[in-house]
Amino acid sequence: MKRRNFLKACLIGGTTIALGKTNKGWASGSFEGYPEAMGVLVDTTRCIGCRSCEAACNKEQKLPEPDTSFDDPSVFEHDRRPTAKAYTVVNRYQKEQPSGPVYRKVQCNHCNEPACLTSCFVNAYTKTKEGAVIYNSKVCVGCRNCMIACPFNAPGYDYDSATNPIVKKCILCYDTRLKYGKPPACVEICPQEALTFGHRADLIKLAHERIRATPDRYVDHVYGEKEVGGTSWLYLAPVGFDKLGFDTTLSNDPIISNVKDFLGMVPMVLSIWPALFSGIHLLCKNQEHDGHGHDTDSNQEDTKP
Amino acid sequence: MKKMIQHGLAIVDSPYDEDGKKRSLVSKLLLGLTPSQYLLQAFRNPLNWILAAVFAVGIPILIGRFFFGLAWATSGSNDYPWGLFLGFGLFAMVPLSSSGFQLGTACEIFGRHDLEPIERLALLNGLLGYFFAVIYLLADLGQPWRLPYPMVVSFGPAAVLFLVAWHVATYLSVQVAEVSSAFFEWIGFPAGKRAIRRITLGLTVSGIILSTLHQGALGALFTYAPGKVHPLWYSSSFQWLHFFVSSLPGGLCMVITVSTIAAKTMGWRGDTRFHEKLDKVTVSLAKGACMGIATYITIKLIAIAHDNKWAYLDSGWGQWFMFEIIVGFMLPLTLMTYGVHTRKMAIVRMGAFMTVFGVVLNRVNTAMITFNWKLPHREIPPWREVVISLTIFATYIVVYRFILYRLPILFKWRLQEQEETVPEAVPVPAPGRREASSVPVASYSSMTKLD
Ligand code: SF4
Ligand code: SF4
Repeated sequence: MKRRNFLKACLIGGTTIALGKTNKGWASGSFEGYPEAMGVLVDTTRCIGCRSCEAACNKEQKLPEPDTSFDDPSVFEHDRRPTAKAYTVVNRYQKEQPSGPVYRKVQCNHCNEPACLTSCFVNAYTKTKEGAVIYNSKVCVGCRNCMIACPFNAPGYDYDSATNPIVKKCILCYDTRLKYGKPPACVEICPQEALTFGHRADLIKLAHERIRATPDRYVDHVYGEKEVGGTSWLYLAPVGFDKLGFDTTLSNDPIISNVKDFLGMVPMVLSIWPALFSGIHLLCKNQEHDGHGHDTDSNQEDTKP
Repeated sequence: MKKMIQHGLAIVDSPYDEDGKKRSLVSKLLLGLTPSQYLLQAFRNPLNWILAAVFAVGIPILIGRFFFGLAWATSGSNDYPWGLFLGFGLFAMVPLSSSGFQLGTACEIFGRHDLEPIERLALLNGLLGYFFAVIYLLADLGQPWRLPYPMVVSFGPAAVLFLVAWHVATYLSVQVAEVSSAFFEWIGFPAGKRAIRRITLGLTVSGIILSTLHQGALGALFTYAPGKVHPLWYSSSFQWLHFFVSSLPGGLCMVITVSTIAAKTMGWRGDTRFHEKLDKVTVSLAKGACMGIATYITIKLIAIAHDNKWAYLDSGWGQWFMFEIIVGFMLPLTLMTYGVHTRKMAIVRMGAFMTVFGVVLNRVNTAMITFNWKLPHREIPPWREVVISLTIFATYIVVYRFILYRLPILFKWRLQEQEETVPEAVPVPAPGRREASSVPVASYSSMTKLD
């Protein structure tokens, strides 16, 4: 091997290392959530399943007409999830219990360190300082990795559109309300005050206060306080959260911490591999000159004249 | 084709025909046949009829997917955002294409020149696998025309998919460069070939880096969904290693599979070197694959022990997992080891087929079948999604065969012997479209000892 080639190999290696370093530099900036973030506390013991929040959301976000009207109780027969046509849905649990059913409103929980945001390769998501996780449909390529990543299965995809399908999910009414300090439409309309809007930090205090004041009414846990690094939507429940369709197996670490092992390995490979393999190549070459026949026939251009 | 060769047809394997005249590009494209002969052999081949049927149904549906949207063509499910196109097309095609970098490494870095008869096939297998993985991706993306966005418009560098996108794109160009030396020989452009020859080492090393990273990155993509992939197929610390390590035997066994098929169905195309060395090379590849599989099974078990997931084995999912591990990895490992020792090639090849199956099953399991294992319903891909997947795969076969028929992949492009017959002083113009860059014959001899 000529020295020139070796230098070239090193150069290529070097450039890739540099590239790797910058990658790592960007990747390591982990996101902690803004101190002034707003949030919503959902008290499932107060919810009566009237679905006014669904209707309000539909109107506010100018979503298409639903298949059945908002006062059709048949929807409670199956668990539903948010879709591109309905950013929030209310499900009924504990149907057979004597204490009566429990309703749970489902939507994007506006995580402090959103998995959707960190998994998106065009950076379509933004966590605003108000706590909302919003989404730039102008750059979305449609890989749907965010839907794979979201631990709460919140984003829905516009599969019906051929020309401009985009990811759609609750944005905490950011454009129309939150930006101006107003609560989201669902909170405003709730007749039971099951939803409380406020600073996330205050809501956590409020939630624990309610548990302390009426311990019989709640299980002693605020869902969303710690789950996957904390979410802007917080839940109180009268029974174990697993009975209300919540995923109680989620860890308190944000989703991105699972991926850090791999991301940390990237610059290692970038810096070690070129040197390692160029070195091995040199070793193998020397061996050949010592007589281990280089299969001269194997490559016509290597044939000696 | 076989019949025509029996009837005295000369195979195109050098720039000159039987009479020592230069072949034109058209003649090379038509495999040295006249147009009517070419059509005749195409019609005689039953595979072509099957392919034609697939295309007749598939192409309209593939086009329809872009007019009517994903909901029309696929299950369009919010819970299973990745269907067959990615679960099979991307996640399974990529590990089966790791052959390029492995044989590149073996031949160019480790100096295993005994593997050279298969090196080009492995490189081509890599290139085509990646290329069609990208085609599958384009079919799946909601807005495929935005595919270059992560490169130029908006960067999400903390995302694993960002790495995948960059690495696959760079690696594709590396592979194009690697395979292009065969193309340059065929088209008659030695200067291009020499240029590639000079940067081969750099290309190979960057191939190793990029492959390690994106094979692993495809696994790391699933670490975003810790609770969704079934624990037996998931490991937050080792996922990328599982994907990377299993891609090694996957790629090698894919080369064994393809070379077996090629030797059987287009034996005329391989030269004597290919046919003579094939068994020996297959044994070497199988040995490598066995090492890979053994390592893979070990780290798979380590991952289960590490997170103490033994209890999951005692369930329906556990049985499915055992099926994958046993039929897809353990059994082929046994078969190939036995076959290598006793030199029973049929058994070695059988093992290689099963490994390919095992790797594909593993990827489909991770991306689709065990994904969202906690949800009550599983997604069955609708027929249009299946048809589109088949159509793309059929195109893959057609392109693969088209190239194998023509480029010097399974045979050597005979330049040397011909040169001796051509008088030294006469400049040989490069044929076809490369007319302008005429190169004197003398330059061939100056190309010796390039490396
Ligand atoms: S709930 Fe899902 S979509 Fe909403 S911010 Fe969290 S990860 Fe993103
Ligand atoms: S409006 Fe309030 S009470 Fe009614 S379903 Fe929504 S959250 Fe529950």
